[in-house]
Amino acid sequence: MGYTFQFGVVLDALPDLLSGAAVSLSLAVASMVVGMLLAAPLAVAAAGRNLAAKTPARAWIELARNTPCLAQIYAMYYGLGAVGIFMPAWAAVFLAISFNNAGYLAEIFRGGLNGINANQFKASRSLGLTPAMAYRYVVFPQVFRNTYNSVSNQFIWSMLNTSLGALIGLYDLSGVAMDYQMRTFKTFEFFLAIAVAYIVLAKLIMFGMRFLKPGGANA
Amino acid sequence: MISIQNVHKSFGQLEVLKGIDLTIERGEVVTMIGPSGSGKSTLLQCINGLETINSGEIHVDGTSVFAPDTDLNKLRQKLGIVFQSYNAFPHMTVQRNVTLALRKVLRLPRAEADEIARRQLDRVGLLAKADVYPGALSGGQQQRLGIARALAMSPNYMLFDEVTSALDPQLVGEVLATMRDLSSEGMTMIAVTHEMKFAREVADRVVFFDKGVIAESGNPEEVFLSPKSPRLKEFLSHSQF
Repeated sequence: MGYTFQFGVVLDALPDLLSGAAVSLSLAVASMVVGMLLAAPLAVAAAGRNLAAKTPARAWIELARNTPCLAQIYAMYYGLGAVGIFMPAWAAVFLAISFNNAGYLAEIFRGGLNGINANQFKASRSLGLTPAMAYRYVVFPQVFRNTYNSVSNQFIWSMLNTSLGALIGLYDLSGVAMDYQMRTFKTFEFFLAIAVAYIVLAKLIMFGMRFLKPGGANA
Repeated sequence: MISIQNVHKSFGQLEVLKGIDLTIERGEVVTMIGPSGSGKSTLLQCINGLETINSGEIHVDGTSVFAPDTDLNKLRQKLGIVFQSYNAFPHMTVQRNVTLALRKVLRLPRAEADEIARRQLDRVGLLAKADVYPGALSGGQQQRLGIARALAMSPNYMLFDEVTSALDPQLVGEVLATMRDLSSEGMTMIAVTHEMKFAREVADRVVFFDKGVIAESGNPEEVFLSPKSPRLKEFLSHSQF
Protein backbone atom coordinates (compact mmCIF):
# COMPACT_ATOMS: atom_id res chain seq x y z
CA MET A 1 0.00 0.00 0.00
CA GLY A 2 0.98 3.54 -0.48
CA TYR A 3 3.04 5.19 -3.15
CA THR A 4 6.34 6.80 -2.44
CA PHE A 5 7.08 9.74 -4.68
CA GLN A 6 10.60 9.69 -6.01
CA PHE A 7 11.47 12.82 -7.91
CA GLY A 8 15.12 11.92 -8.36
CA VAL A 9 14.40 10.36 -11.77
CA VAL A 10 12.68 13.54 -12.85
CA LEU A 11 15.79 15.53 -11.98
CA ASP A 12 17.86 13.08 -13.99
CA ALA A 13 15.54 13.68 -16.95
CA LEU A 14 15.69 17.45 -16.60
CA PRO A 15 17.81 18.12 -19.72
CA ASP A 16 15.38 16.12 -21.88
CA LEU A 17 12.36 17.76 -20.21
CA LEU A 18 13.79 21.20 -20.84
CA SER A 19 14.41 20.49 -24.50
CA GLY A 20 10.88 19.02 -24.64
CA ALA A 21 9.54 22.27 -23.17
CA ALA A 22 11.45 24.19 -25.82
CA VAL A 23 9.81 22.05 -28.51
CA SER A 24 6.34 22.65 -27.01
CA LEU A 25 6.83 26.39 -26.71
CA SER A 26 8.39 26.92 -30.12
CA LEU A 27 5.65 24.87 -31.82
CA ALA A 28 3.02 26.90 -29.95
CA VAL A 29 4.58 30.22 -30.95
CA ALA A 30 5.13 29.23 -34.57
CA SER A 31 1.62 27.85 -35.05
CA MET A 32 0.14 30.90 -33.35
CA VAL A 33 2.01 33.31 -35.64
CA VAL A 34 1.01 31.36 -38.75
CA GLY A 35 -2.53 30.92 -37.40
CA MET A 36 -2.97 34.66 -36.93
CA LEU A 37 -1.56 35.48 -40.37
CA LEU A 38 -4.02 33.03 -41.93
CA ALA A 39 -6.93 34.03 -39.69
CA ALA A 40 -6.94 37.69 -40.76
CA PRO A 41 -7.75 37.08 -44.45
CA LEU A 42 -10.01 34.15 -43.49
CA ALA A 43 -12.05 36.43 -41.23
CA VAL A 44 -12.34 39.10 -43.92
CA ALA A 45 -13.40 36.49 -46.49
CA ALA A 46 -15.87 34.85 -44.09
CA ALA A 47 -17.41 38.21 -43.18
CA GLY A 48 -17.59 39.38 -46.79
CA ARG A 49 -20.11 38.88 -49.55
CA ASN A 50 -17.84 37.37 -52.19
CA LEU A 51 -19.00 33.75 -52.30
CA ALA A 52 -15.87 32.50 -54.07
CA ALA A 53 -13.86 33.63 -51.02
CA LYS A 54 -16.53 33.17 -48.36
CA THR A 55 -17.33 29.50 -49.06
CA PRO A 56 -13.82 28.06 -48.66
CA ALA A 57 -13.20 30.34 -45.68
CA ARG A 58 -16.37 29.13 -43.95
CA ALA A 59 -15.47 25.52 -44.76
CA TRP A 60 -12.03 25.96 -43.20
CA ILE A 61 -13.46 27.57 -40.07
CA GLU A 62 -16.15 24.90 -39.64
CA LEU A 63 -13.71 22.02 -40.17
CA ALA A 64 -11.09 23.47 -37.83
CA ARG A 65 -13.54 24.21 -35.03
CA ASN A 66 -15.75 21.14 -35.23
CA THR A 67 -13.28 18.27 -35.51
CA PRO A 68 -10.94 17.05 -32.76
CA CYS A 69 -7.47 18.52 -32.82
CA LEU A 70 -6.10 14.98 -32.53
CA ALA A 71 -7.92 14.02 -35.73
CA GLN A 72 -6.37 17.07 -37.42
CA ILE A 73 -2.88 15.97 -36.32
CA TYR A 74 -3.54 12.40 -37.51
CA ALA A 75 -4.85 13.76 -40.80
CA MET A 76 -1.53 15.55 -41.38
CA TYR A 77 0.67 12.70 -40.19
CA TYR A 78 -1.13 9.53 -41.30
CA GLY A 79 -3.68 10.98 -43.72
CA LEU A 80 -1.11 12.78 -45.87
CA GLY A 81 1.25 9.85 -45.33
CA ALA A 82 -1.34 7.58 -46.94
CA VAL A 83 -1.16 9.64 -50.14
CA GLY A 84 2.61 9.67 -50.13
CA ILE A 85 3.32 12.94 -48.34
CA PHE A 86 5.53 12.15 -45.38
CA MET A 87 6.71 14.59 -42.75
CA PRO A 88 8.29 14.50 -39.31
CA ALA A 89 6.01 14.62 -36.27
CA TRP A 90 6.87 18.25 -35.48
CA ALA A 91 5.85 19.37 -38.96
CA ALA A 92 2.53 17.52 -38.74
CA VAL A 93 1.79 19.10 -35.35
CA PHE A 94 2.84 22.53 -36.60
CA LEU A 95 0.59 22.30 -39.67
CA ALA A 96 -2.37 20.85 -37.77
CA ILE A 97 -2.27 23.37 -34.93
CA SER A 98 -1.77 26.25 -37.37
CA PHE A 99 -4.85 25.04 -39.25
CA ASN A 100 -6.76 24.74 -35.99
CA ASN A 101 -5.62 28.16 -34.74
CA ALA A 102 -6.52 29.82 -38.03
CA GLY A 103 -10.09 28.53 -37.77
CA TYR A 104 -10.64 29.58 -34.17
CA LEU A 105 -8.85 32.92 -34.55
CA ALA A 106 -10.76 33.69 -37.76
CA GLU A 107 -14.02 33.34 -35.85
CA ILE A 108 -12.66 35.55 -33.05
CA PHE A 109 -11.49 38.16 -35.58
CA ARG A 110 -14.79 38.02 -37.45
CA GLY A 111 -16.57 39.02 -34.27
CA GLY A 112 -13.99 41.77 -33.80
CA LEU A 113 -14.49 43.02 -37.36
CA ASN A 114 -18.21 43.42 -36.70
CA GLY A 115 -17.34 45.74 -33.85
CA ILE A 116 -15.35 48.15 -36.06
CA ASN A 117 -17.32 50.99 -37.62
CA ALA A 118 -17.35 50.62 -41.42
CA ASN A 119 -16.45 54.31 -41.65
CA GLN A 120 -12.94 53.51 -40.40
CA PHE A 121 -12.40 51.54 -43.60
CA LYS A 122 -14.01 54.24 -45.70
CA ALA A 123 -11.87 56.97 -44.14
CA SER A 124 -8.73 54.89 -44.79
CA ARG A 125 -9.65 54.39 -48.43
CA SER A 126 -10.40 58.09 -48.81
CA LEU A 127 -6.76 58.82 -47.91
CA GLY A 128 -5.56 56.62 -50.75
CA LEU A 129 -4.81 53.49 -48.71
CA THR A 130 -5.39 50.20 -50.55
CA PRO A 131 -7.83 47.72 -48.95
CA ALA A 132 -4.87 45.65 -47.72
CA MET A 133 -3.28 48.74 -46.12
CA ALA A 134 -6.58 49.74 -44.54
CA TYR A 135 -6.90 46.31 -42.92
CA ARG A 136 -3.25 46.16 -41.95
CA TYR A 137 -2.87 49.60 -40.38
CA VAL A 138 -6.35 50.70 -39.37
CA VAL A 139 -8.83 47.84 -39.01
CA PHE A 140 -6.86 44.88 -37.63
CA PRO A 141 -4.92 46.79 -34.97
CA GLN A 142 -8.32 47.74 -33.55
CA VAL A 143 -9.67 44.21 -33.98
CA PHE A 144 -6.62 42.86 -32.18
CA ARG A 145 -7.08 45.33 -29.35
CA ASN A 146 -10.73 44.34 -28.95
CA THR A 147 -10.07 40.59 -29.13
CA TYR A 148 -6.83 40.55 -27.14
CA ASN A 149 -8.19 38.39 -24.31
CA SER A 150 -9.74 35.79 -26.60
CA VAL A 151 -6.55 35.66 -28.66
CA SER A 152 -4.48 35.08 -25.50
CA ASN A 153 -6.79 32.23 -24.50
CA GLN A 154 -6.45 30.66 -27.91
CA PHE A 155 -2.66 30.91 -27.65
CA ILE A 156 -2.62 28.95 -24.38
CA TRP A 157 -5.21 26.48 -25.62
CA SER A 158 -3.15 25.74 -28.72
CA MET A 159 0.03 25.39 -26.65
CA LEU A 160 -1.74 22.73 -24.55
CA ASN A 161 -2.94 21.07 -27.75
CA THR A 162 0.66 20.54 -28.90
CA SER A 163 0.79 17.80 -26.21
CA LEU A 164 -1.28 15.64 -28.56
CA GLY A 165 1.85 15.43 -30.69
CA ALA A 166 3.19 12.86 -28.21
CA LEU A 167 0.75 10.38 -29.77
CA ILE A 168 2.64 10.52 -33.08
CA GLY A 169 6.04 10.40 -31.41
CA LEU A 170 6.77 14.10 -30.98
CA TYR A 171 9.46 14.55 -28.33
CA ASP A 172 7.84 17.56 -26.69
CA LEU A 173 7.14 17.90 -22.95
CA SER A 174 4.47 15.20 -23.07
CA GLY A 175 6.50 12.98 -25.36
CA VAL A 176 9.50 13.12 -23.04
CA ALA A 177 7.30 12.38 -20.01
CA MET A 178 5.65 9.42 -21.75
CA ASP A 179 9.00 8.03 -22.78
CA TYR A 180 10.50 8.32 -19.29
CA GLN A 181 7.51 6.99 -17.38
CA MET A 182 7.52 3.90 -19.54
CA ARG A 183 11.16 3.31 -18.78
CA THR A 184 11.10 4.22 -15.08
CA PHE A 185 7.47 3.49 -14.08
CA LYS A 186 7.43 6.86 -12.28
CA THR A 187 4.20 7.88 -13.96
CA PHE A 188 2.89 10.37 -11.39
CA GLU A 189 6.22 12.06 -10.92
CA PHE A 190 6.67 12.77 -14.59
CA PHE A 191 3.12 13.88 -15.26
CA LEU A 192 3.10 16.07 -12.15
CA ALA A 193 6.35 17.61 -13.31
CA ILE A 194 5.06 18.39 -16.77
CA ALA A 195 1.76 19.71 -15.37
CA VAL A 196 3.82 22.28 -13.51
CA ALA A 197 5.89 22.88 -16.64
CA TYR A 198 2.75 23.51 -18.74
CA ILE A 199 1.53 26.01 -16.16
CA VAL A 200 4.88 27.78 -16.33
CA LEU A 201 4.70 27.82 -20.15
CA ALA A 202 1.17 29.23 -20.02
CA LYS A 203 2.29 31.97 -17.65
CA LEU A 204 5.26 32.67 -19.90
CA ILE A 205 2.89 33.12 -22.84
CA MET A 206 0.63 35.46 -20.87
CA PHE A 207 3.72 37.43 -19.86
CA GLY A 208 4.88 37.66 -23.47
CA MET A 209 1.41 38.65 -24.66
CA ARG A 210 1.44 41.64 -22.32
CA PHE A 211 4.11 43.18 -24.51
CA LEU A 212 1.94 42.75 -27.59
CA LYS A 213 -1.02 44.36 -25.87
CA PRO A 214 -1.96 47.55 -27.71
CA GLY A 215 -0.90 50.45 -25.55
CA GLY A 216 2.04 48.54 -24.04
CA ALA A 217 2.66 46.24 -21.10
CA ASN A 218 1.16 48.61 -18.55
CA ALA A 219 -2.05 49.41 -20.38
CA MET B 1 -11.93 70.92 -62.40
CA ILE B 2 -14.55 68.47 -61.26
CA SER B 3 -17.22 67.77 -63.83
CA ILE B 4 -20.31 65.76 -63.03
CA GLN B 5 -22.48 64.76 -65.97
CA ASN B 6 -25.92 63.21 -65.82
CA VAL B 7 -25.18 61.08 -62.76
CA HIS B 8 -27.82 58.59 -61.67
CA LYS B 9 -27.57 56.41 -58.59
CA SER B 10 -29.97 54.06 -56.86
CA PHE B 11 -29.90 52.18 -53.59
CA GLY B 12 -32.02 49.18 -54.54
CA GLN B 13 -35.40 50.54 -55.67
CA LEU B 14 -34.70 54.01 -54.35
CA GLU B 15 -33.21 56.44 -56.86
CA VAL B 16 -31.23 58.97 -54.83
CA LEU B 17 -29.53 60.85 -57.69
CA LYS B 18 -31.69 61.52 -60.74
CA GLY B 19 -29.43 63.07 -63.32
CA ILE B 20 -27.00 65.47 -61.67
CA ASP B 21 -24.96 67.94 -63.74
CA LEU B 22 -22.45 70.10 -61.93
CA THR B 23 -19.06 71.63 -62.69
CA ILE B 24 -16.70 72.92 -60.03
CA GLU B 25 -13.74 75.06 -61.10
CA ARG B 26 -10.42 75.23 -59.27
CA GLY B 27 -10.52 77.83 -56.51
CA GLU B 28 -14.28 77.74 -56.25
CA VAL B 29 -16.18 77.18 -53.00
CA VAL B 30 -19.48 75.40 -53.54
CA THR B 31 -21.89 74.68 -50.73
CA MET B 32 -24.64 72.12 -51.11
CA ILE B 33 -27.82 72.55 -49.15
CA GLY B 34 -31.12 70.76 -49.11
CA PRO B 35 -33.33 68.46 -47.04
CA SER B 36 -31.93 65.25 -45.56
CA GLY B 37 -32.07 62.40 -48.03
CA SER B 38 -31.93 64.70 -51.04
CA GLY B 39 -28.70 63.08 -52.29
CA LYS B 40 -26.03 65.68 -51.50
CA SER B 41 -23.85 63.47 -49.27
CA THR B 42 -24.16 60.58 -51.68
CA LEU B 43 -22.97 62.76 -54.56
CA LEU B 44 -20.00 63.93 -52.51
CA GLN B 45 -18.92 60.34 -51.86
CA CYS B 46 -19.34 59.49 -55.54
CA ILE B 47 -16.81 62.17 -56.48
CA ASN B 48 -13.93 60.20 -54.89
CA GLY B 49 -15.39 56.82 -55.76
CA LEU B 50 -16.34 55.78 -52.21
CA GLU B 51 -19.82 55.26 -53.66
CA THR B 52 -20.45 53.93 -57.13
CA ILE B 53 -22.87 55.36 -59.67
CA ASN B 54 -25.36 53.63 -61.96
CA SER B 55 -24.86 55.87 -64.97
CA GLY B 56 -23.29 59.14 -65.99
CA GLU B 57 -19.73 60.43 -65.70
CA ILE B 58 -17.60 62.14 -63.08
CA HIS B 59 -14.22 63.59 -64.08
CA VAL B 60 -11.62 65.00 -61.70
CA ASP B 61 -8.94 67.02 -63.49
CA GLY B 62 -9.81 65.10 -66.63
CA THR B 63 -9.62 61.63 -65.05
CA SER B 64 -12.81 59.60 -65.15
CA VAL B 65 -13.52 58.40 -61.60
CA PHE B 66 -15.33 55.24 -62.68
CA ALA B 67 -13.22 54.19 -65.67
CA PRO B 68 -11.90 50.66 -65.08
CA ASP B 69 -8.28 51.70 -65.61
CA THR B 70 -8.41 54.62 -63.16
CA ASP B 71 -6.20 54.19 -60.10
CA LEU B 72 -8.64 55.35 -57.44
CA ASN B 73 -5.98 55.26 -54.71
CA LYS B 74 -3.98 57.79 -56.71
CA LEU B 75 -7.00 59.88 -57.61
CA ARG B 76 -8.08 60.06 -53.97
CA GLN B 77 -4.85 61.84 -53.09
CA LYS B 78 -6.26 64.83 -54.98
CA LEU B 79 -9.53 64.71 -53.06
CA GLY B 80 -9.49 65.27 -49.32
CA ILE B 81 -12.73 64.34 -47.61
CA VAL B 82 -13.95 64.97 -44.08
CA PHE B 83 -16.96 63.02 -42.79
CA GLN B 84 -19.84 63.71 -40.49
CA SER B 85 -18.73 60.89 -38.19
CA TYR B 86 -15.24 61.99 -37.23
CA ASN B 87 -13.46 58.77 -38.24
CA ALA B 88 -10.26 59.50 -36.38
CA PHE B 89 -8.21 56.30 -36.03
CA PRO B 90 -8.56 55.68 -32.28
CA HIS B 91 -5.48 53.46 -31.89
CA MET B 92 -3.05 56.08 -33.20
CA THR B 93 -1.91 59.37 -31.75
CA VAL B 94 -3.18 62.54 -33.38
CA GLN B 95 0.11 62.97 -35.22
CA ARG B 96 0.18 59.38 -36.46
CA ASN B 97 -3.37 59.80 -37.75
CA VAL B 98 -1.95 62.44 -40.05
CA THR B 99 1.32 60.70 -40.96
CA LEU B 100 -0.20 57.28 -41.78
CA ALA B 101 -1.11 58.02 -45.39
CA LEU B 102 2.00 60.18 -45.87
CA ARG B 103 4.18 57.24 -44.86
CA LYS B 104 2.25 54.35 -46.43
CA VAL B 105 0.68 55.92 -49.52
CA LEU B 106 3.19 58.64 -50.43
CA ARG B 107 6.07 56.66 -48.84
CA LEU B 108 7.65 59.77 -47.33
CA PRO B 109 10.48 59.36 -44.82
CA ARG B 110 9.40 59.64 -41.20
CA ALA B 111 11.00 63.02 -40.55
CA GLU B 112 9.36 64.61 -43.57
CA ALA B 113 5.95 63.11 -42.73
CA ASP B 114 6.24 64.32 -39.15
CA GLU B 115 7.09 67.81 -40.32
CA ILE B 116 4.10 67.96 -42.66
CA ALA B 117 1.82 66.57 -39.95
CA ARG B 118 2.95 69.14 -37.42
CA ARG B 119 2.49 71.96 -39.90
CA GLN B 120 -1.06 70.84 -40.69
CA LEU B 121 -1.92 70.28 -37.03
CA ASP B 122 -0.65 73.77 -36.29
CA ARG B 123 -2.83 75.10 -39.10
CA VAL B 124 -5.98 73.71 -37.47
CA GLY B 125 -4.85 74.63 -33.95
CA LEU B 126 -4.10 71.08 -32.75
CA LEU B 127 -0.31 71.06 -32.52
CA ALA B 128 -0.46 70.90 -28.72
CA LYS B 129 -2.48 67.67 -29.03
CA ALA B 130 -0.08 65.93 -31.43
CA ASP B 131 0.85 63.17 -29.00
CA VAL B 132 -2.52 62.38 -27.45
CA TYR B 133 -5.02 59.80 -28.69
CA PRO B 134 -8.21 60.95 -30.43
CA GLY B 135 -10.31 59.64 -27.54
CA ALA B 136 -9.03 62.57 -25.50
CA LEU B 137 -10.26 65.14 -28.06
CA SER B 138 -13.60 66.90 -28.23
CA GLY B 139 -15.81 66.38 -31.27
CA GLY B 140 -14.71 69.70 -32.71
CA GLN B 141 -11.05 68.82 -32.24
CA GLN B 142 -11.57 65.40 -33.83
CA GLN B 143 -13.20 67.09 -36.79
CA ARG B 144 -10.27 69.49 -37.12
CA LEU B 145 -7.97 66.46 -36.96
CA GLY B 146 -9.97 65.03 -39.87
CA ILE B 147 -9.34 68.25 -41.78
CA ALA B 148 -5.59 68.24 -40.99
CA ARG B 149 -5.34 64.57 -41.99
CA ALA B 150 -6.95 65.30 -45.36
CA LEU B 151 -4.94 68.49 -45.95
CA ALA B 152 -1.64 66.70 -45.28
CA MET B 153 -2.00 64.86 -48.60
CA SER B 154 -1.97 68.26 -50.39
CA PRO B 155 -5.28 67.66 -52.13
CA ASN B 156 -6.51 69.87 -54.97
CA TYR B 157 -10.03 69.64 -53.62
CA MET B 158 -11.55 69.38 -50.18
CA LEU B 159 -14.92 67.69 -49.73
CA PHE B 160 -16.84 68.29 -46.50
CA ASP B 161 -19.71 65.96 -45.71
CA GLU B 162 -21.90 67.61 -43.06
CA VAL B 163 -18.87 67.99 -40.85
CA THR B 164 -20.65 69.98 -38.16
CA SER B 165 -23.88 67.95 -37.99
CA ALA B 166 -22.72 65.67 -35.18
CA LEU B 167 -21.18 68.46 -33.11
CA ASP B 168 -22.44 70.17 -29.99
CA PRO B 169 -23.55 73.68 -30.93
CA GLN B 170 -20.71 75.37 -29.05
CA LEU B 171 -18.15 73.34 -31.05
CA VAL B 172 -19.56 74.15 -34.49
CA GLY B 173 -17.88 77.57 -34.59
CA GLU B 174 -14.30 76.33 -34.33
CA VAL B 175 -14.75 73.90 -37.22
CA LEU B 176 -16.45 76.46 -39.43
CA ALA B 177 -13.65 78.92 -38.64
CA THR B 178 -11.09 76.37 -39.88
CA MET B 179 -13.10 75.93 -43.07
CA ARG B 180 -13.35 79.68 -43.56
CA ASP B 181 -9.55 79.94 -43.25
CA LEU B 182 -9.20 77.29 -45.93
CA SER B 183 -11.52 79.04 -48.33
CA SER B 184 -9.73 82.34 -47.86
CA GLU B 185 -6.47 80.56 -48.72
CA GLY B 186 -7.99 79.69 -52.08
CA MET B 187 -8.71 75.98 -51.48
CA THR B 188 -11.29 74.48 -53.80
CA MET B 189 -14.06 73.24 -51.56
CA ILE B 190 -17.34 71.41 -51.83
CA ALA B 191 -19.23 71.45 -48.57
CA VAL B 192 -22.50 69.71 -47.82
CA THR B 193 -23.89 71.60 -44.87
CA HIS B 194 -26.94 72.44 -42.81
CA GLU B 195 -25.29 75.63 -41.55
CA MET B 196 -27.12 78.13 -43.74
CA LYS B 197 -25.27 81.17 -42.49
CA PHE B 198 -21.98 79.47 -43.29
CA ALA B 199 -23.26 78.22 -46.65
CA ARG B 200 -24.16 81.75 -47.60
CA GLU B 201 -21.03 83.51 -46.32
CA VAL B 202 -18.33 81.21 -47.56
CA ALA B 203 -19.72 80.10 -50.92
CA ASP B 204 -19.05 81.36 -54.41
CA ARG B 205 -21.99 79.23 -55.47
CA VAL B 206 -24.81 77.54 -53.60
CA VAL B 207 -26.46 74.38 -54.92
CA PHE B 208 -29.87 73.38 -53.63
CA PHE B 209 -30.66 69.65 -53.76
CA ASP B 210 -34.17 68.34 -53.60
CA LYS B 211 -35.33 64.76 -54.13
CA GLY B 212 -32.26 63.70 -56.09
CA VAL B 213 -32.01 66.66 -58.45
CA ILE B 214 -30.36 70.07 -58.33
CA ALA B 215 -33.47 72.17 -57.99
CA GLU B 216 -31.70 75.51 -58.01
CA SER B 217 -28.20 76.97 -57.94
CA GLY B 218 -26.51 80.31 -58.18
CA ASN B 219 -24.50 82.84 -56.21
CA PRO B 220 -25.41 83.05 -52.51
CA GLU B 221 -27.34 86.29 -52.84
CA GLU B 222 -29.58 84.88 -55.58
CA VAL B 223 -30.22 81.61 -53.83
CA PHE B 224 -30.82 82.96 -50.36
CA LEU B 225 -32.45 86.30 -51.10
CA SER B 226 -34.45 85.62 -54.25
CA PRO B 227 -35.21 81.91 -54.41
CA LYS B 228 -37.25 80.96 -57.45
CA SER B 229 -38.56 77.46 -56.81
CA PRO B 230 -41.32 76.94 -54.24
CA ARG B 231 -39.34 74.07 -52.66
CA LEU B 232 -36.30 76.29 -52.01
CA LYS B 233 -38.55 79.06 -50.65
CA GLU B 234 -40.14 76.57 -48.30
CA PHE B 235 -36.74 75.07 -47.31
CA LEU B 236 -35.29 78.50 -46.55
CA SER B 237 -38.34 79.53 -44.55
CA HIS B 238 -37.27 76.92 -41.95
CA SER B 239 -33.69 78.18 -41.75
CA GLN B 240 -31.90 81.19 -40.44
CA PHE B 241 -29.18 82.82 -42.48
